[in-house]
Amino acid sequence: MILRLALASLAARALTVGMTILAIALSVALFLGVEKVRTGAKASFADTISGTDLIVGARSGSVQLLLYSVFRIGNATNNMTWESYQDLAARPEVDWIVPISLGDSHRQFRVMGTTVAFFDRYKYRSGQSLAVKDGAVIDDLFDTVIGADVAETLGYKIGDPIVVAHGLASFTEHKDQPFRVSGILEKTGTPVDRTVIVSLEAIEAIHVDWRNGAQIPGQSTPADTIRQMQLEPQAVTAALVGVKSRLQVFGLQRAINEYPQEPLLAILPGVALQELWQIVGIAETALIAVSAMVVVTALIGMMATIFSSLNERRREMAIFRAMGARPRVVLGLLVLEAVLMASVGALLGLALLYLALFIGQPLIDSAFGLWLPIEPPTLRELWVLAGVIVAGAIVSMIPAYRAYRMSLADGMLVRT
Amino acid sequence: MPDANPILHLKDVQFRWPGRASFGVHVSEFSMAQGETVLLLGESGSGKSTLLSLICGTIVADAGEVQVASTNIAALSPGQRDGFRAEQIGLIFQQFNLLPFASVRDNITLPLQFAAQRRARVGDPNAEAHKLCLDLRLPKDVVSARAGTLSVGQQQRVAAARALIGAPPLIIADEPTSSLDAATQATFLELLVAQSRTHGASVLMVSHDARLSDQFDRVIHMSDIAQSLRDVA
Repeated sequence: MILRLALASLAARALTVGMTILAIALSVALFLGVEKVRTGAKASFADTISGTDLIVGARSGSVQLLLYSVFRIGNATNNMTWESYQDLAARPEVDWIVPISLGDSHRQFRVMGTTVAFFDRYKYRSGQSLAVKDGAVIDDLFDTVIGADVAETLGYKIGDPIVVAHGLASFTEHKDQPFRVSGILEKTGTPVDRTVIVSLEAIEAIHVDWRNGAQIPGQSTPADTIRQMQLEPQAVTAALVGVKSRLQVFGLQRAINEYPQEPLLAILPGVALQELWQIVGIAETALIAVSAMVVVTALIGMMATIFSSLNERRREMAIFRAMGARPRVVLGLLVLEAVLMASVGALLGLALLYLALFIGQPLIDSAFGLWLPIEPPTLRELWVLAGVIVAGAIVSMIPAYRAYRMSLADGMLVRT
Repeated sequence: MPDANPILHLKDVQFRWPGRASFGVHVSEFSMAQGETVLLLGESGSGKSTLLSLICGTIVADAGEVQVASTNIAALSPGQRDGFRAEQIGLIFQQFNLLPFASVRDNITLPLQFAAQRRARVGDPNAEAHKLCLDLRLPKDVVSARAGTLSVGQQQRVAAARALIGAPPLIIADEPTSSLDAATQATFLELLVAQSRTHGASVLMVSHDARLSDQFDRVIHMSDIAQSLRDVA
């Protein structure tokens, strides 16, 4: 019956109580949403590359190798020679190997030379393959496949010409050998979206007339002549390697790292991603802190609501006292009320989160390539909800204690 | 009036409000027999409310003795006093007696939450609430209505039903009729007194209105039993 009275009392103040609950619900939804985005981003991040057992490049740091080979951030300090690459490809443990050649750019996007195998071997989000949205994968020497962001930002369609610039943020362009957009990839949420993919031979082709990073003046080989040429690269930037048996990964990694002919580095993508996330992860802590603050704000808002309701409810308290309720019943009543509000708010927040996920999931995926799974609440989320309710109870102690003092002083005689 | 077992007995009671040291009340002697109905007349500021608070045990006398149903309430702990009040006293205020958001039924049965003996005496609280409503000539379906939707007169009768439920030995009414018009006043008092007699309860009613005197066994003026204390300096 006390519970029924508490509910009726709340219902009688439906508007302010509703607003308070809404504030709590929104803050809880925000907090859980941030939590979802955070874990989603972490998972997406970890899923940037999958199915690749080793990434091999010139010796540097593992994070650096990961950054330039997968995220196209920064530059390789050195290349690995084509001989080393072929040596590696010939090893018995190697199931497949995909070369990556970086260094040129188109507008703000990196150009990556690779083989057609890249489209089969590069996997993201637990084994998902790249898919061509429009057109086809590279067929001709001067064909290029562009990522979804490239197409969207620059407004490219199939058949559009692309001139690749030499180096990054450079004014010298490979004007003589324009490319043609042959395919546009589906959005993946990985750096592939921001990459212009050409064949490894094409990287050589556009540099035919170049020596030491500059074009040989007056020399311009026609495209058809180039097509006839043997375009074997001198070096590649990195290679993605798949092994026949996972048991061989560490052995191969050691063999590469101790490769006598050239200083090479082989990294396990998963481990390097973890290392990188530890650096990126500082932002996530800040995000969590901010959304936790929002929850605290909502709870303080609830405390303020309870405080402001105390005066108008002195009469109610006095009636309880007159009927023989001890002051601690009054205290309990207010805490019960706060717990009810916080509980409804928390559950409503959870419902809001699922509603938002349900509506937003495809939108977020296509806009940011961030896949937020709709799953039953995790244990961690349930702890968050329980925490909000407990915090609500604790926060309400302050106005409840004031009511306790008031009802002790007022007794049962309040004339309002 | 000598009575071996008075429901209410005050002797040499003195109380001063803390902080408001300028005001207090002194009651030399006041007694009420079981089943007696008493009208206590007094002007505002004569210490009536203080006296009622002393009897109900929400404040404790600085000196002297307040006995309700032969129990010295000063000897009880604050928590026990609350429980004691719940068991022994049915209270009716001047107005705003009810929780407006709750149903009439919940309002009437509320004291039973805090008084196990009254609860035990009642049996079925809902049936009893219904019966009291009928006895107090409230409309039949009133029990499920929200208390806030009732007229002032009806609300006062619901308050009376709440005071009577579980038959506490003492009913205290603090100007219960002052918010009612003359006609409803008379009916309300008749019903209250009649029902109290049926339940064997004593009634102490405080008012400033001497016209209500007919209904009561005894009429006492505040000035006959108590002096208000004011600082002379």
